Amino acid sequence: MLTAILVFTVLALVLGALLGYAGQAFRVEGDPLADKIDALLPQTQCGQCGFPGCRPYAEAIAAGEADINRCPPGGEATIKALADLLGVEPKPLDAEVGEEKPKSVAWIDEQVCIGCTLCIQACPVDAILGAPKMMHTILVDECTGCELCVAPCPVDCIHMIPLKVELDQWRWPNPEQRREIAEDAPSVMAGEAKPSALLQAEAPSGSPLPVGPRDDGKAS
Amino acid sequence: MTEFLLILISTVLVNNFVLVKFLGLCPFMGVSRKLETAMGMGLATTFVLTLSSVLSHLAQEYLLAPFGLEYLRTIAFIVLIAAVVNFTEMALRKASPLMHNILGIYLPLITTNCAVLGVALLNVQEDHNLAQAAVYGLGAALGFTLVLVLFAAMRERLVAADVPRPFQGTPIGLVTAGLMALAFMGFAGLVKV
Repeated sequence: MLTAILVFTVLALVLGALLGYAGQAFRVEGDPLADKIDALLPQTQCGQCGFPGCRPYAEAIAAGEADINRCPPGGEATIKALADLLGVEPKPLDAEVGEEKPKSVAWIDEQVCIGCTLCIQACPVDAILGAPKMMHTILVDECTGCELCVAPCPVDCIHMIPLKVELDQWRWPNPEQRREIAEDAPSVMAGEAKPSALLQAEAPSGSPLPVGPRDDGKAS
Repeated sequence: MTEFLLILISTVLVNNFVLVKFLGLCPFMGVSRKLETAMGMGLATTFVLTLSSVLSHLAQEYLLAPFGLEYLRTIAFIVLIAAVVNFTEMALRKASPLMHNILGIYLPLITTNCAVLGVALLNVQEDHNLAQAAVYGLGAALGFTLVLVLFAAMRERLVAADVPRPFQGTPIGLVTAGLMALAFMGFAGLVKV
């Protein structure tokens, strides 16, 4: 009994020392602010903000080089979340980058498609399937609705179809956005494409919703 | 030398941990959606498995057996594996942040990968020496990686396949895995260990 306790104490001490040393030796100088901002962005990788993707935009905001109102897919909710995080006043979406649209996915009119693969090269998330001179199609589950494939198409066969939220795709919003919705009922009515009406019924404004710590997928 | 080769072939093909012993099915289904993640997971598991196999053998030989503490084997191995996984995560975050991002939650999940604990316990059960334990761990990990990468390649194609609605997603994945397991039965009898 006593030996068991002693042996395990030694084992735990050795492993603890090893991990403690590793923690020091492999310390990473990350930019936690950029990580947090990146988590709030919609990850469409559309580039409408003028940066090559969501991550570069997040880094630019963290460095103070970009404004928070340049993300059309995220719209008002994202701007407000970013303003909360950074402690600045929310402002309306910058008109020069575009306007907020309901979430939609691209759709290829297969009768018209000539199989030029130009849209495949433009897609940032590899959601288009096809080969040269073969009809292309879009994987709806992967498409982020960034519209980058619409412009390169020489025969204009790609259309954006607004995505209707059905029961089987509806998801709880992120905890931050839920708090947002609970606090700010009027803005909910504006964003029609979001499943806010459903949420509204379950969470009357004013009642504090449980706001958990954000799970960024990195367990320590 | 032949002996090590036999252990390697036996663990990779004949007694594959995933498809024959049915260990480590959680990452097998969870991380096989994309080829790149499958390869990354395979690499991480290879590292962890080989290291933990050697370490658990050392712990068994020099810590548990001399004090007559074999009955605490499982808990000691779990502690060791958890430490190795944690160490790997820190090292990986430093060495390759991109890989760390891709693996995300799956890396800590190696801790609960039963193949890792299974290898450590089977080492003791089959009375392997240190070199044999290392090769056994490596072989198990290589077998896991091989099957994971093969399966991921098939699943990437399954996304585009016309699958009947009730079978879409995980069900067709499990059916595919079952067919792969059948195929691996063809290796049975190749090596007698």
